[in-house]
Amino acid sequence: MIPVIADLAATAAGYVFPNDLQVHWSLMIVLYPYITGIVAGAFIVSSMYHVFRVENLKPLAGFSLLFALAFLTCATVPLLVHLGQPGRAMSMFLTPNPTSAMAGFGYFYMAYGLLLVLEIFFIYRPTLVARHQSSTGIKRLFYLALSMGSDNLSAEALRMDRKIIKFLAVIGIPMACALHGYVGFIFGGVKANPLWATPLMPVIFLLSACVSGIAGIIIAYVILMKISRREIDRGCMRTSVKFLAGFFVLNFTFEMLEVFTHGYMATSHWETLHSLLWGPLYNSYWIWQVLVLSVIPLLLMGILHLAKKRYSLVNVLAPVSALMVLLQVLFMRWNVVIGGQLMSKSGRGSVFYQPEWLEREGILLAVVIMVIPIFVLYLLGKIFPFWQDDHPSTIRGIVP
Amino acid sequence: MDEMNRLKREIDLDRRGFIRKVLSGAIGGSLLLVLPAGARLLAQQVAGADDEPELPVPEKHFAFVVNISNCIGCGACCMADKNEYQVPDGHFRTWVERYLIDDQDNVFVDSPNGGLDGFPAGRDDVTNPLRDTFFVPKLCNMCDNPSCVQVCPVGATFQSQDGFILIDEKRCVGCSYCVQACPYSVRFINPVKKTAEKCTWCYHRVRQDMLPVCVEACPSQARIFGDLGDKESEVYRLLHEPHVISVLKPDMGNKPSLHYLGLRREVT
Repeated sequence: MIPVIADLAATAAGYVFPNDLQVHWSLMIVLYPYITGIVAGAFIVSSMYHVFRVENLKPLAGFSLLFALAFLTCATVPLLVHLGQPGRAMSMFLTPNPTSAMAGFGYFYMAYGLLLVLEIFFIYRPTLVARHQSSTGIKRLFYLALSMGSDNLSAEALRMDRKIIKFLAVIGIPMACALHGYVGFIFGGVKANPLWATPLMPVIFLLSACVSGIAGIIIAYVILMKISRREIDRGCMRTSVKFLAGFFVLNFTFEMLEVFTHGYMATSHWETLHSLLWGPLYNSYWIWQVLVLSVIPLLLMGILHLAKKRYSLVNVLAPVSALMVLLQVLFMRWNVVIGGQLMSKSGRGSVFYQPEWLEREGILLAVVIMVIPIFVLYLLGKIFPFWQDDHPSTIRGIVP
Repeated sequence: MDEMNRLKREIDLDRRGFIRKVLSGAIGGSLLLVLPAGARLLAQQVAGADDEPELPVPEKHFAFVVNISNCIGCGACCMADKNEYQVPDGHFRTWVERYLIDDQDNVFVDSPNGGLDGFPAGRDDVTNPLRDTFFVPKLCNMCDNPSCVQVCPVGATFQSQDGFILIDEKRCVGCSYCVQACPYSVRFINPVKKTAEKCTWCYHRVRQDMLPVCVEACPSQARIFGDLGDKESEVYRLLHEPHVISVLKPDMGNKPSLHYLGLRREVT
């Protein structure tokens, strides 16, 4: 795990402070805002339907919450892997330092998890009640607990449920924004790092979170529909791509605005940033994040928007552009988290970072951490049906 | 005979009762001893809940001045520091930089192995005539407004009442946020302890009227340490008389207590 410092020194360019040779926030810290962003973004999709009544997104209203929950369960895994003393992680809850931008994450995370679980319980209550009534033994107890001990499905009770769901969805929007805006602030508040220290950082993180959440859901939706040989809901697809494009345009604009403003103002920090963006970060930033994974999907989504009648085009171009922007956000996280650490605080040099496949915080573990939510989602699907048609209660016409 | 058996049974019964009483007393007693110990451990975990008597803080106001013109780049300070703290290879609580500035204002900086071995070799990439050359020893800036203390999520990095920035390695979670936040890159994660580490101005020594090891090891008085409360001290004289004196990265707003005599604008 301990890199050979001489090797690091050999790959460094210019003068790097001796303690800056090592990149401290590794691939794991790239995954952390990536996963958290997907969680926040997926929640927004659900709230589009529950709060803003975007009817076209109804098919995704339940699924997007399960999608968010699946990723939420893994959001802290990369953090724990990264901590030098993971056994002391709970100290952040028990003895938090109020001035630390990091200490609040646990509280945001827990509150958000609680909200997510509650909203899922209420949305799926009719289904859970039906399953409780039709099962026996431990399963029966399990569903009784999930339906919060109530099997009241009267019109009045369901009306109450709807009110609660709407309330949770409403407070969930500022909470989702706070969760990811906050993650952006963890970086944006580090004044010692000229790439991170910008008030735009939380905004960019938030917008990219929405982008990654919507994109993730579009991809998962298309794949699941193909697997179960169902028809893709055209209206739903079209609307979600519209939202994806809207958030992505905003996100990309702010990303470019940030670099442009830095370059235009050309303060003393620009020299460092310039040498970073046109140096070790050139390929991953300009070629991948900007050119391949931003400009091309923007063109694709533009084509989609103009060619309104071609439904076959939507089903192909939508998931393709969603996949591209999902990767764009991953590259963005990499370029921010790793990129920011490649420049030494000497302002005179940069280092090189290449994660190994098998190290503690390496690529293999990163892949595993990204695959776990898919399994969690599969398990959640065993309890909560993804799609409205599968609700046993739909048959009885009592879906909220 | 019957009578005897009855008596024997009674004694047995009583013996049992006696043993039971002794045992329960012992268990209860030790519980009474153990429970407050647990409470004490808990109190140590929760900030402010432990009401230990406050230790008197000596009224000394320590200051550290680096005289750039005096440094000869021998690396004795770095060696002394490494020995004092068993600093793992490749990590530095203190280091020395060599600055070469040519007549075209090109700045060449290096610090091979943190200056531990001195600077035995010259640089072969400098072609123009030099207009300025000097060494800059680096160590913790002991900021009045420290970023590391601000960002530490668990309060493991703290500012002592007498102005020292210290790390409680039993509390540190090893998240590296302080490493990111320090504008001077004086922090690292100790690969053995897995916690943050940095220069402390030898707190354990200076509190016993000894000098920091680097100051003691320096053969050319480039590192000067003392009490500002003592008007006869050299640090008092340096900081209270007109001198070209500055701090590193003043625009960061960290207000370092580490001062540099003869600091050039090129130094970061």
